Amino acid sequence: MNSAGNNPPPRAGRALPRASSALPWALVTPALGWTLLFFVLPFIAMGFSSLTAHEGGGFTLSNYSQFFTNPSYWQAMVNSLQVTAIVTVISVLLAYPFAWILAEQVPERWQRLALMLAVLPFWTSYVVRSYSWLLVLAQNGVINRALTGSGLFAEPLQLANTRFATVTGFVHFFVMLLTLTIFANLKQLSPSYRKAAADLGAGPVRTFLHVVLPLTLPGIMVGAFLTFVLCIGDYITPQILGGNNELLMPQLVMMQIGRRGDFPLASALSIILMAVVTIAYFACARWLKIERA
Amino acid sequence: MTSYPLSILKTHLRAATAAAALLLATGARAADLNALIWCDHADPALLQPFQEANGVKVNVKEFEGTGAGLAIVEQSQPGDWDVMVIDSIDVPRGVEKGLFEPLPEDKLPLADLFPQVKMDGSTVVGGKRYGITEKFGYNTIGYNKTKVDPADMQSMAALTGDKYKGKVAIYDYYLPVIGMAALAIGKKTAELTEADLPALKDELLKMKANAKLVGEVTASQTALATGEVDILVGGGEWVTAGLAKENPALDFSIPKEGAVLWSQSLAMFKDSKNKDMALKFIQYIMSPEGQARLATSSCYWGMPANTKAALTDDQKKVLRFDEQPGFLARAQAYPAPNADLDKKMQDMWTEMLQAK
Repeated sequence: MNSAGNNPPPRAGRALPRASSALPWALVTPALGWTLLFFVLPFIAMGFSSLTAHEGGGFTLSNYSQFFTNPSYWQAMVNSLQVTAIVTVISVLLAYPFAWILAEQVPERWQRLALMLAVLPFWTSYVVRSYSWLLVLAQNGVINRALTGSGLFAEPLQLANTRFATVTGFVHFFVMLLTLTIFANLKQLSPSYRKAAADLGAGPVRTFLHVVLPLTLPGIMVGAFLTFVLCIGDYITPQILGGNNELLMPQLVMMQIGRRGDFPLASALSIILMAVVTIAYFACARWLKIERA
Repeated sequence: MTSYPLSILKTHLRAATAAAALLLATGARAADLNALIWCDHADPALLQPFQEANGVKVNVKEFEGTGAGLAIVEQSQPGDWDVMVIDSIDVPRGVEKGLFEPLPEDKLPLADLFPQVKMDGSTVVGGKRYGITEKFGYNTIGYNKTKVDPADMQSMAALTGDKYKGKVAIYDYYLPVIGMAALAIGKKTAELTEADLPALKDELLKMKANAKLVGEVTASQTALATGEVDILVGGGEWVTAGLAKENPALDFSIPKEGAVLWSQSLAMFKDSKNKDMALKFIQYIMSPEGQARLATSSCYWGMPANTKAALTDDQKKVLRFDEQPGFLARAQAYPAPNADLDKKMQDMWTEMLQAK
């Protein structure tokens, strides 16, 4: 018997005790304080900075207008969106079957170990992992040696310092993230849905396409959105693996800070990047919740 | 001085975190020496003898790029920092902001410095010395002499020709590489104007078309060391000397067009609470022993500014110490554009990076 069963429900119109109304606020205050201190205040500071002239400090919109009038800046956003879209799609396509195998094919007692193995790449330093990929993809790296050694190619391919390398580094990381979110969604899916579909004459493919996939869409979208957010704001991977053969938005932001210390322009570019993430959020907001199926 | 509300608010927001940030970053105590440095000054082999001799702890914070360094200072409380390593050409930026203390010339070994690297045009402002050059080198052509013909490396034409297409990396710092592009088209680095930008851009695009990557220090070093590329545009002793033991095939040339001279200076903060110790630190770094340790720092090697640096014969050979008079005669100054031209140069660099 739960405790609620011992207490009479509050009468209509009667005020709740003071302690019960204060408790939720007390519990949520640390989180609110944290958000205020480490998100809201910095964001306001960044907003003010973005409206300040680098030289002189007066009010200006030029930091924003530069983005829309300089084709190289605009191109950085296009590059970022392209890379992020490619990474997200490839990661979903790889992670879904992986998560499905983990959830459906691996015996329950081995699933914990399998999951741990799946997330092993998270345990290594992000920078070290990126440099490792650089060595793997290098002209004298493992892949090129295998390709030339086997006679498939006479000359080594240029794999490192390309968009391909950046995407590879990202996908390696985000497949794990997506696998976790999709796996959690698949495990929450009641087996009765599939039984009901089978009872109604649906084969495995039809059941997957019309029952399982739609019900796991929230898990896919949550993982895809996280991938989008983390990927579009990442500086390390494109900087190490891309060879600066194209610039992405985070690299453009960092470039403004290094020598010239142009924090106003860097702030404006960061806010534009945040605006894109916000648009992406609203575009997939309806799926960004995982409900127990 | 005009105060804008946005600037005032920004200053207050920055100040709110400044003291805590410094304490968190360095665990500083009042008696310590707090130094804003480049990575070569973080080498324990350089700092330890000074700390032991003076019974002081040197708290260091590394930064890359003058803008980032000055931002750290702006976000700190006056007196938080004692000394700073800065691009010699950027000393006036610190002076303009009222950050630096004039240095006592009579207590520094200025007479022992290579005359060409004193950089008085930058380190002396209004008749007062605010910086002293501690280390220098060249942004030129670094290469693997077993993979390329060293004779080809005597001309910058090799960087844009077809012979080494796809075998080239470019150091990712716009000022020195733009300086090299200027030398390649016959311009003097100290006289660059906005009118030169189209020709410089063409030259940069030709270099980019030949390049496999444009990399910062570690990436370009790694590319040259692992054989990913055979030539590094903007490379020099700072890339090859430190790797000489592991890879003696790496070398650098000063081509017939010349090279770009880079130099780093030490400056003391006006608000330092430990000026005597700060001066002692600068004197130590400029001493023959300090200069040798700084020149061969684990992060990167470079030429000591002091001609009396206590380097071994082997170290001098790797740094090509005896060839310096000839190199210096052919080297040109680091481009030092004003703020407007600097911005335009950086945007030109961005265009070059985005070019397919």
